[in-house]
Amino acid sequence: MSEAQQKNTIKLSFQATLEHFTLDIDCQIPNKGLTAIYGHSGSGKTTLLRCIAGLHAAPGYLRVGDVVWQDEHLNLPTHKRKLAYVFQDACLFPHMNVADNIAYGYRRTADTKRSLSLDDLIPWLGLAPLLKRCTTTLSGGEKQRVAIARALATSPDLLLLDEPLSALDSESKNTILPYLEQLHREVSIPMIYVSHSLSEITRLADHLLTLKNGKLISAGALSDVLSDAAFPLSGDDEPGVVLNGHIVQRDEKWALMQAQIGGHCLWLKANGARVGDKVRLRLLARDVSLSRTRNTEQSILNILPARLLSIRPDTHPANVLVTLSLATQAEHHNTKILARITARSAEALALKDESAGEGTIWLQVKSAAVIE
Amino acid sequence: MMTDWQPIVLSAKLASLTTLILLLLATPLAWWLSRTQSRFKHVITSIVSLPLVLPPTVLGFYLLVSMAPGGILNDAFTPFGITPLAFSFTGLVIASVIYSLPFAVQPLLNAFEHLDNKLLEAAATLRASPRDRFCSIVLPLARPAYLSAGILTFAHTVGEFGVILMIGGNIPGETRVLSIAIYDHVEALEYSQAHWLSGGMILFSFVVLYALYRLNDRATTKQSSWAS
Repeated sequence: MSEAQQKNTIKLSFQATLEHFTLDIDCQIPNKGLTAIYGHSGSGKTTLLRCIAGLHAAPGYLRVGDVVWQDEHLNLPTHKRKLAYVFQDACLFPHMNVADNIAYGYRRTADTKRSLSLDDLIPWLGLAPLLKRCTTTLSGGEKQRVAIARALATSPDLLLLDEPLSALDSESKNTILPYLEQLHREVSIPMIYVSHSLSEITRLADHLLTLKNGKLISAGALSDVLSDAAFPLSGDDEPGVVLNGHIVQRDEKWALMQAQIGGHCLWLKANGARVGDKVRLRLLARDVSLSRTRNTEQSILNILPARLLSIRPDTHPANVLVTLSLATQAEHHNTKILARITARSAEALALKDESAGEGTIWLQVKSAAVIE
Repeated sequence: MMTDWQPIVLSAKLASLTTLILLLLATPLAWWLSRTQSRFKHVITSIVSLPLVLPPTVLGFYLLVSMAPGGILNDAFTPFGITPLAFSFTGLVIASVIYSLPFAVQPLLNAFEHLDNKLLEAAATLRASPRDRFCSIVLPLARPAYLSAGILTFAHTVGEFGVILMIGGNIPGETRVLSIAIYDHVEALEYSQAHWLSGGMILFSFVVLYALYRLNDRATTKQSSWAS
């Protein structure tokens, strides 16, 4: 691999035997943006993050950009790895006030290595009024904001986040998420984000790793991984895809806006986005229905031509999960969509794996949520 | 009456020196005991706790034997030129360090075992080396335990009688500490002097215990507010 390519990737490979399973991971992720690690609880995602941080000793190999942190001869202790870690329960130091907590790692970072200043971090996270407070009197959301500031103050080369929102109530979650989104947009620190919540991941991630019983079962760009019908969902998460596009027009009369995605246009409920703004949409399989003909005499606004790729059984025997590709002129442009329909409808529409690619199927999109 | 200040000063000197040495010794010992997975952990803990259950005469007897010419303590300290140990102030300090050891180790061990390991992990991810983590996280959080350890060691050293009598004897200005002086006064039927010293000891011990309990109480309420 060339040096330039090395600089742009993080290579990680760990083998660890744990009580209930063996962690065995070998993969490469981009050294920028946010990579989410998704899996059921007990799938090994937190252990993997702890291995990266050097908090869990496991044989393996770890290279961040062109710096090797661990191989068969070398194993940097945690305090020598240029990383920062945001824990699930904040882990603030109880014997220090907010200001001293934030300054803890900052003081231990060499002047020349500092790229983020406390003068920027503290007002950005709205922490100025809390600086003199004792950490025990803070709310969960405030604690996590302090923990994020404390981590960023070390100007890390890699930011690790271990379910930073899972201990918070939904109100606090909604106050922290915009900070994480802004962090992701404006600060160029690569981040690895462990979560079992698909809604957080679809809002934040560029790249996705999925773990099951300590093994990697999928890895790649978020939209590619999610559009795989075999993607293992956990809990209440719904199958669906993430689409990236931009706003092309607004219709103030009907409070709508139109987004262009892979050569097609979708009408969405208008929000504050302006023409030209990027948008990310989450399109759930249950909100897509299929038709063999283009039926315009109905309430659904978004009707798009597509081709069948594959069909597979869903969790309930009455349903099937259909993978389709949006029809476009450019052959290489392959936008996948998932649709959940009844098995009976699939047969009525003659949708079978053998007929993949034949004829046009019309997607009827009932709703799509703008998530960014 | 003037001569009676001498045992008080001597006791205070002995207890201060013992406390200082023990806090320095007990810190690495208690830290090791709190972190180790070694199968010798319980052996070491039991040895450290022996002075709690042994009669002082047993401890005094073996200390006396080992401080005599040819004994292990005597041989160990001969190269430093601080022998003979028996019937000397140095001998008393060494004996006090041994019999007060559990009073210094137990509170520290307890505090170290209850320390949230996650805080140390958080400090490690913030560039703190192991020594730095110990000084910036462990020591400040264990401060109440250091106070109890110090107070208990000091008070227990001041109050010891049997061991001192066996290895120190009764040399004014050298080994005639407070508890020995009281015994002497009673033997000589000098009850008023014995009252002065004994009453003082009761008051001192009460103040120490009261301070300790108040301190513990404050530390626990503080700790529980951390937990919430």
